[in-house]
Amino acid sequence: MAEHDILLQVEHLTKYFPLKGQPGPGIRAVEDVSVTLRRGETLGLVGESGCGKTTLGRTILRLHEPTSGAIVYDGVPLYRRDYPFQPNERGELVKRSVPRAQAVDMLPYRRRMQIIFQDPSASLDPRMTVGEIVGEALDIHKLCRGRAQRAARIRELLSMVGLNPEHAGRYPHEFSGGQQQRVGIARALAVEPEFIVCDEPISALDVSIQSQVVNMLEDMQAQLGLTYLFIAHDLSVVRHISRRIGVMYLGALVELSESWELCRRPLHPYTQTLLSAVPVPDPERARSRQRMVLQGDIPSPIHPPAGCRFHTRCPYAAGRCRKEVPPFREHTPGHWAACHLLGGDNPSAPVES
Amino acid sequence: MRLQQTPAPPPEGRPLLEVRDLRVSFFTPAGEVRAVRGITYQVDYGEVVGIVGESGSGKSVEAYAIMGLLQPPGRVVGGAVTFEGEDVLAFSPRALTTFRGGRAAMIFQNPMTSLNPVYSVGEQLMEALRAHQKAASRREAAQRAAGMLERVGIHNPERRMRQYPHELSGGMRQRVMIAMGLICHPKLLIADEPTTALDVTIQAQILELMKDLQRQTGMGILFITHNLGVVAELCHKVCVMYAGKLVEQGAVDDIFYRPGHPYTEGLLRSMPRLDDQERRRLIPIQGTPVDLLDPPAGCPFAPRCPHAMEVCLGRMPPYVELGPGHRSACWLRVREGLSTSPAGGEEASHG
Repeated sequence: MAEHDILLQVEHLTKYFPLKGQPGPGIRAVEDVSVTLRRGETLGLVGESGCGKTTLGRTILRLHEPTSGAIVYDGVPLYRRDYPFQPNERGELVKRSVPRAQAVDMLPYRRRMQIIFQDPSASLDPRMTVGEIVGEALDIHKLCRGRAQRAARIRELLSMVGLNPEHAGRYPHEFSGGQQQRVGIARALAVEPEFIVCDEPISALDVSIQSQVVNMLEDMQAQLGLTYLFIAHDLSVVRHISRRIGVMYLGALVELSESWELCRRPLHPYTQTLLSAVPVPDPERARSRQRMVLQGDIPSPIHPPAGCRFHTRCPYAAGRCRKEVPPFREHTPGHWAACHLLGGDNPSAPVES
Repeated sequence: MRLQQTPAPPPEGRPLLEVRDLRVSFFTPAGEVRAVRGITYQVDYGEVVGIVGESGSGKSVEAYAIMGLLQPPGRVVGGAVTFEGEDVLAFSPRALTTFRGGRAAMIFQNPMTSLNPVYSVGEQLMEALRAHQKAASRREAAQRAAGMLERVGIHNPERRMRQYPHELSGGMRQRVMIAMGLICHPKLLIADEPTTALDVTIQAQILELMKDLQRQTGMGILFITHNLGVVAELCHKVCVMYAGKLVEQGAVDDIFYRPGHPYTEGLLRSMPRLDDQERRRLIPIQGTPVDLLDPPAGCPFAPRCPHAMEVCLGRMPPYVELGPGHRSACWLRVREGLSTSPAGGEEASHG
């Protein structure tokens, strides 16, 4: 891969939310995630609620300040800091002193990196017209000279996302959910970004509207050469829109692969159960297939299990899984997974083709 | 503990639940919102019927009407609901109280808003038993509540009974709500999007649980959802609702393999599926749902339908029989010369 193909590099990114009055790391929402985004690609991120996928997306944009790790955007390090914890003799994480973070002023990068939120009604100010909402970004980054140009640009953006430009004077509540999400997309596009974090952009929408928005996101990408980080819990949508998919569990990336390969040959037992849990709209198949049902609930990210985080629910967990954190390794070209039971050193791998 | 003896044999020819030409409106300051506009279907003993539709299609309102749970300004403005031959809409408040939670129970999308936050799980389960005189003593009620929790896959039920809803995970709360719904052995369970708020792995657990419980108890289930995948997993029969109308109904295989209404076809085609063999451009349903303050005179889907004809905009199509128990309200099917029954909204017979 040529250097210039890489738009975003995330290295060992970690985000902890400290708990008041408690020593230690607090909620370990994202831990040691490394991933690279190529220019113009869509990377999907799936996982259950609480797995850290939204936190990862927001931390990459530095809407949450990272705890440690590095974010390199288009060759420029936006953030870099060493990991400020170390395990003590009981295995608990205790603070250690590290140099201050190296971080840049984000304002110029806000123009290049944008986000679309899950709940369109909650992410649009109810007291601003959609014209003002879309125009605000233009003002902050001083992208338009004069009122006429600004108004023209707002109209252009609204029609780009399939809204009637005459409706710029209306308020968010006058629009349906699908239309509100289009306003959110127009706002993100206003500053002509290169990279957009799409955080569950269609989950709140009705089934018949979802595919309209998915198609529109694809069209925008083709027209404007956008790079997406597409976060969602719906695997079928993520596979459809993404070139590669990362699977997260309890703050960690457990598998990363080209999207169709991931669904055809999931390596990690968690990905396998996730795929098997998706209801398929095909009664014949629903009757015949054997489903891997995961027992129990996702553990607390305050005290994630030692070793492999998935071992408490994994049907194949062995002794080593309870002690050692499995390394994130490339098993076939471009197909990465973190599981002790994979690979040449263990013939009883839980993988079937 | 055994959940229930074998279900009562279905009385000859009588469905468990019969909904006939049901109409529900909300009388708002802006006018009459006609949320349910004449729907007819039935649920037989031991049958799982799915009601599919988008938000605003009337699928939940219709269920609330069956259970007598409609709140003003909502009101049943026409039609009949018959449960085991009895007219539910004519029940006195007292009869309704015995009916709800006793012979018919309902579970909801969000267990946190359905469970009482200031009572323990055990107290809430036992209250249901005591209210329906299903347990002689507190002790017996506690025993049966614990047994029920175990049935829905909750380990260590004695401890869980002492806990409060906020101490449980989302999946656990939904199990508690299912336990509460089933504790008086209802013959009909209405489940309103019970897995929508859950993660996909937890959804799979709850669906497997509901399948098992249904097989063991032989109860009928009315399963309301917008998720076609869930319908394919669980339901025997499907009713597709759009803008307060039932546009198609049939056996689950009919709906998925031989859809007879452009809306059903559109829904099936629009979503990406994990069993797709290659990437394809999605084919969305264009436009947005209709305004129920002023519903169109004709087929409600006509403004979004790629096949809409002159007649579709002006008149509601009649039901066309596409096969045994499979019918669709679509003028295209009428044109194919298949036998029809009276117009979708007005029809009074049932098949």
